[in-house]
Amino acid sequence: MNGVHDMGGMQGYGAIPIEADEPVWHSDWESKTWALRIAMGAHGKWNIDMGRHANERLGPAQYLNFSYYERWITSLADLLVEADLVSLAEIEAGHAAPGSEKNPSPPGADQLMKARTSGRQSRRDLEAAPKFSVGDAVRTNTNSPRGHTRLPAYARGRVGEIIIHHGAHVFPDSSAHGGGDAPQHLYAVRIAANELWGVNGSAKDSVILDLSESYLDHA
Amino acid sequence: MSKQDTKSDHGHHHGSATHALLPSDPALRVKAIETILLDKGLVDPAALDALIDTFQNKVGPKNGAAAVAKAWTDPDFKARLLEDASAALASLGFSGMQGENMVAVENTPDVHNMVVCTLCSCYPWPVLGLPPTWYKSNAYRSRVVIEPRAALEEFGVTLPEETEIRVWDSTAEIRYLVIPMQPEGTEGKSEAELADFVPRDAMIGCAL
Repeated sequence: MNGVHDMGGMQGYGAIPIEADEPVWHSDWESKTWALRIAMGAHGKWNIDMGRHANERLGPAQYLNFSYYERWITSLADLLVEADLVSLAEIEAGHAAPGSEKNPSPPGADQLMKARTSGRQSRRDLEAAPKFSVGDAVRTNTNSPRGHTRLPAYARGRVGEIIIHHGAHVFPDSSAHGGGDAPQHLYAVRIAANELWGVNGSAKDSVILDLSESYLDHA
Repeated sequence: MSKQDTKSDHGHHHGSATHALLPSDPALRVKAIETILLDKGLVDPAALDALIDTFQNKVGPKNGAAAVAKAWTDPDFKARLLEDASAALASLGFSGMQGENMVAVENTPDVHNMVVCTLCSCYPWPVLGLPPTWYKSNAYRSRVVIEPRAALEEFGVTLPEETEIRVWDSTAEIRYLVIPMQPEGTEGKSEAELADFVPRDAMIGCAL
């Protein structure tokens, strides 16, 4: 979706807020938010792409005004309700509905530690041969899907070069909407800065993006 | 950046005439969600504590620094890191969530690499821990792809005009680790000593 989350190349956001000796979290609610997201993710009701898209679906003004973890806790509420884990009435009340059943076995520390160390692999086997090879010139498409996509607006309709074939991976545009893994070959595509930004980019510098095969055509 | 400044936790200003007893809005929202999830048995408080302790105390940029120091002193390891970073890092015990597919990119006198996630906050957790606020900020996410040199200046880094800059936008599930150049004057130091010369920001490409 063409949203404010798609920030690459936007101007006017000011100085980078660099903080010396920054703690991992600035307050208990930030660490709690992060842990709740990870722990609730372990229920398997949504995948990483759905989680990302939940952030993108915040209203634009809200997205920009929220701090990072405010985005996370707000979109967690959406994910919980959409997954039928929590009702809207419960969110509004701030506690579980009277008489609601209590799940006896939430994901425990062992399960979550194992999930952390083993990770969740996005790579998939795919019989179809890759359409592109390293060195190929490609042009990114100009589509504007209403849903989740990982082709940023600033890199659409641009010519670049395949520099790495990463193998086949889950296609986020599908998986974010419950459409399944729909794996595609994934490539690192190098696009020259002057192709992206005209006279405001150097011909020598570049941006490299990891792009799914269906984002690309031969140039 | 008042909204991005999240140091508004309550309870630290007793004695101040202006302090508020009421927790901040997000603190209250998080408490409400946590209460519901505890009521319903959907989260285990001990599991939340274990997660937080892991990323507060155990997983962080020390991991990446150890890998870079090893690459500086062990050419075979460096070759493996550049060939298959996921496997090379896993051999040091650095693998898992948000680091399943790693690529290492090497800075040289001619090429400087930087990493960003313009769409969200993708970052290689097993080697660097959780990202700093600046990495997740609107300013860094918007600017580094269009004006990498100006962004670097804010970190106190000025590159020679002839240096080529490659900005890696983590748009998929590949996570990037920058191998900085070994600082001059550190030749002959041990791997363990060299790990102290690898600041976190250098492994994102925002320090040398």
